[in-house]
Amino acid sequence: MAGLEIQRKVKYQEELDLEFPRQVAAMPGAADLNRCIQCGTCSATCPVSVYMDPTPRRLVAMTRAGFKEEVLQSSTIWLCASCYSCTVECPKGIKITDIMYALKRRAIEEGVYPRWLPIPVLAREFFRKVRQTGRSNEGQIATAMILKTNPLKLLRQIPLGLKLLWKGRMSLLTERMSGDREQLQDLLDYVDRQNHQAAPGTEA
Amino acid sequence: MSFLYYPGCALKSSSKGYEESLLAVLGQLNFPIQELPDWSCCGATTYMGIDEKKAFALAARNLALAEQFGAGETVHLVAPCAACYLVLLKTQKYMAEYESIGRTISAALNAVGLKYEGRVRVRHALDVIIHDIGLGEVRAAVRRPLEGMKVACYYGCQVARPFAEFDDQHRPRSMDDLLRACGAETVDWPAKVTCCGAMLTGTIEQVGQRRSYMILHEAKRRGVDVVATACPLCQFNLECFQGPMSRRYGDEVKVPVGYFTQVMGMALGLDDRRIGLDRLFIPLWRPVAMV
Amino acid sequence: MIRTNQTPDGQPKIGVYICHCGMNIAGQVGVEEVTAFASSLPNVVVARHYKFMCSDPGQELIQADIAERGVNRVVVASCSPLLHEATFRQACAAAGLNPFCFQMANIREQVSWVTADKDHATSKAKALVAAAARRVALHQPLERRRVAVRRETLVVGAGIAGIEAALRIADSGKKVYLVERDSSIGGHMAKFDKTFPTLDCAACILTPKMVRVARHPNVELVTLAEVDEVSGYVGNFTVKLRRRARYVTGACTGCGQCEEVCPCVQPNQFEMGRSQRKAIYRNFPQAVPNWFVIDYGACSGCRLCEDVCEAGAIDHEQEDEVEEIQVGTIVLATGFKTFDPRILPQYGYGRYENVYTSLEVERMVNASGPTGGQVLLADGSEPKSVAIIHCVGSRDKKTNPWCSKVCCMYSLKLAHLVKQRTGAEVYNFYIDMRTPGKGYEEFYDRLLEEGVQFVRGRVADITDWPMTEAEEGKLVVRAEDSLIGVTRRIPVDMVILSVGLEPQLDAHQMRKKFNISCSSEGWFLERHPKLAPVATFTDGVWIAGACQGPKDIPETVAQAGAAASEAIALMDKGHVEIEPNTVEIDEEKCSGCKTCLGMCPYHAISRDDQKGVAVVNQAMCKGCGTCAAACPSGAIRQHLFTDEEIYQEIEGVLSYV
Repeated sequence: MAGLEIQRKVKYQEELDLEFPRQVAAMPGAADLNRCIQCGTCSATCPVSVYMDPTPRRLVAMTRAGFKEEVLQSSTIWLCASCYSCTVECPKGIKITDIMYALKRRAIEEGVYPRWLPIPVLAREFFRKVRQTGRSNEGQIATAMILKTNPLKLLRQIPLGLKLLWKGRMSLLTERMSGDREQLQDLLDYVDRQNHQAAPGTEA
Repeated sequence: MSFLYYPGCALKSSSKGYEESLLAVLGQLNFPIQELPDWSCCGATTYMGIDEKKAFALAARNLALAEQFGAGETVHLVAPCAACYLVLLKTQKYMAEYESIGRTISAALNAVGLKYEGRVRVRHALDVIIHDIGLGEVRAAVRRPLEGMKVACYYGCQVARPFAEFDDQHRPRSMDDLLRACGAETVDWPAKVTCCGAMLTGTIEQVGQRRSYMILHEAKRRGVDVVATACPLCQFNLECFQGPMSRRYGDEVKVPVGYFTQVMGMALGLDDRRIGLDRLFIPLWRPVAMV
Repeated sequence: MIRTNQTPDGQPKIGVYICHCGMNIAGQVGVEEVTAFASSLPNVVVARHYKFMCSDPGQELIQADIAERGVNRVVVASCSPLLHEATFRQACAAAGLNPFCFQMANIREQVSWVTADKDHATSKAKALVAAAARRVALHQPLERRRVAVRRETLVVGAGIAGIEAALRIADSGKKVYLVERDSSIGGHMAKFDKTFPTLDCAACILTPKMVRVARHPNVELVTLAEVDEVSGYVGNFTVKLRRRARYVTGACTGCGQCEEVCPCVQPNQFEMGRSQRKAIYRNFPQAVPNWFVIDYGACSGCRLCEDVCEAGAIDHEQEDEVEEIQVGTIVLATGFKTFDPRILPQYGYGRYENVYTSLEVERMVNASGPTGGQVLLADGSEPKSVAIIHCVGSRDKKTNPWCSKVCCMYSLKLAHLVKQRTGAEVYNFYIDMRTPGKGYEEFYDRLLEEGVQFVRGRVADITDWPMTEAEEGKLVVRAEDSLIGVTRRIPVDMVILSVGLEPQLDAHQMRKKFNISCSSEGWFLERHPKLAPVATFTDGVWIAGACQGPKDIPETVAQAGAAASEAIALMDKGHVEIEPNTVEIDEEKCSGCKTCLGMCPYHAISRDDQKGVAVVNQAMCKGCGTCAAACPSGAIRQHLFTDEEIYQEIEGVLSYV
């Protein structure tokens, strides 16, 4: 019986966060969460659901039931590739992609994403770059991301980088927008201030 | 009616060939278009994951800039990048649909002396070439028909859904029609709108590469000469990792992957360098029959 | 009707009766205070309160006052008029008072049930009583009118619902016109092989009914015909029928010689285009009527059929005819259509040849269908694996939001038949298994025992893109097995799409023709979803079967019976009584501007062109008052709602407040 792990599985009501589903449903695009009939079209049409645990359908059920911890720590939200298949196919018109975004943001806010995961790092690098220059620079952002999450991987990427440089598809120079970068920064800062005024989880 | 070109960050770097070929093709078809001055990043898919409202604000800034060119009339903002196209459309739609977003973003724009009133029509380059230039014009401009060239048209996700209205979400045909007008043969294949793995190729590579590999494997099975794309990230994922992919799955996939505008450019008889063919990793040759 | 004390002379003498309704009213309203207040009102000669005014002793209080105190106007302050207006009007009439010299004030639904504060509730009750007392003083005695009802019925649609209704009515001795658009009767049911859950043969139970209705002495069966126009009103409808040319007369013996020589081939619509037929054809060999018909659009005009027809039944010169009939009642049984799955490209219908609709497979498993009862793939071989996909065009915001109700059960039936005929592995993909009905769950149990596979998950798509060797050359069905939580890809040879039920394409035109209501989707609307399921808002018009919403055969037959019995009851009664709250036109004031004609939702107003004035058909007027409000000359007066009555009512409320 080696490897047979006996687990006790029960969820007590007091372990659930019953506010969580309401907070998620309050986010733009996520209001239809409660219309879900658990048909599984989202999971079946998702190109990467085969890697997800739980599947998108189960994630919706868990969100609705208040399994906040499990939802925010799941790999599912980070595997979403934004292909929008689920949103297009859902028979109840639920914008599942938007719900995934909402959950990702919540996980970042609460700092509960897996450490190995480069996606939040990528997002932050991206944000930094855009704020500085008004443009994103894939090469620099990717390099920063790899350095911060898996430096060894950088070695493997050197040939690709060189090839891109040679073909003129990557520049060591920083692309910048031509005009008023301060205006852009003011714009982003304004939204930032608005965000801070709204308490976490109640953004609506 | 004015058409503005919104390149997006990728067309200035990894997808330079897309920009070169698009502008060359539009020029050859005498279609006037001007780059939106002082444009900034659209916010892209990544941004949605960290701060949705900032993503909308970035996109809205570009919409506001574009609107100034219309003198009260509708302005067409042409975004060749699928992600830019989606984000700009989504921003417009959500600003109108969700009061909280509309209010915050409008206030942010006002705070920096901008405003957006909804007079921009966001268009994908494919849409503009098919519907504003027309297949007839394209056919008339073809110098070297792509006879004998078998093309797999790959639309990817975000050109087709969820906001696009110019083609069928499940079985789009605009690119097929266009490249057939250029004399190519296109294959009716099932991978047209399936996901390439998007940014997962860079972040969780075993997942992303598997997606791209499935698509390339199917293209190879169908014996195509080129996979034509309409999105910088799709092109990058499908082209730049063919070596690692072949090793990972023990199956040699080597298929040229270009932009649909590059394939068009070949038919219009444009010089290889003008349409950025020299930037491809896997060279796209004209089939013997054409030479 | 007893008519003593009918015309009150001199001063009105009003009796006011306040009901406690147990504690429903008395618990919140000071009934004694209201009674005392009522006594003080002008013209009120008596005011009383009682526990239950609607009870016999309560009614007797009113009647005694009419007889003994000469009360000639009555106000009851109690519940909603919807509940007891008729009761009290009858009580007045029985005591010899014209029933329209009565007014009801609703102090339950509009006061005690909805007002938290007791004093406030009492004041409101007083205001309403004052209003009723002021208006009732102006009430004039009115007469209900009687209109005779014709003893003929029009039944539209000859599927199982129409056939059933027609037989019931015809058996009761009334004449029935049974009108069918197609060339033969039987509707969808005539296409089925077996019916769930008993698996009895559809033809065995339907054919005798079809034959009986066609031969019934009281039934005039009109096929290839449609209703062009309906006018008139309950008991007296005039209907224009358009009979399309059949080009074959009743002399046809159904021998089939013509069909053999006909050179023109067409897709067979009865088989959803999955087989061919000739330009001269009949839907199936047992069709009723069994005469052939020529599809003139497909006919080359070679007249070979004429040459071989020994009965001389071919008549190429036939033309469409419009006939006018008079009927007293109408039953609509126009049925449904099935969802066209081409709208969902992800399921590949029309693109993959082995993707079929459930209706096509119904024909395939039918011995008289295109494959003689065999389940076959496009290449003629038998499938080894079959997927049945539920909810195609149902429970989906982008197509139809409703559950089509019958698909789970017919999918189970098809699963059984396919497995029985081919031995194939059959997979049912469902969202929720819905089997409420007598013997339905037991049928599901049987299928489970038979080893049919069930996957709980809505199918995302069907593709021919293989991922494994076993998938090569197959149709791959992708769904999440939601009970397991894993995405599955199941390769099959054949896919059956269980298409949902939809309203007929011309439902909205039909609605207008018959002046009934339908939902925005096109399902005909019943008068009440629970208590009047086959009546419509137009008197004399009933609905039966799936034209009202998806339903199975037993329910359809039950509705047809219900509609028939309501129509029979009305015709047996022989007349309808028309409420006198209709409008009257003052010809002196009417300018003939026709404003009212367009406003009337019941088409009850026409214009007398000679006199240049509007004329109201009292039998069709429902007393809605729209015209009276719209008339720019103030020429329209509505009984029970005259301007003066309404003003007095308003004054009554306001004077108290």
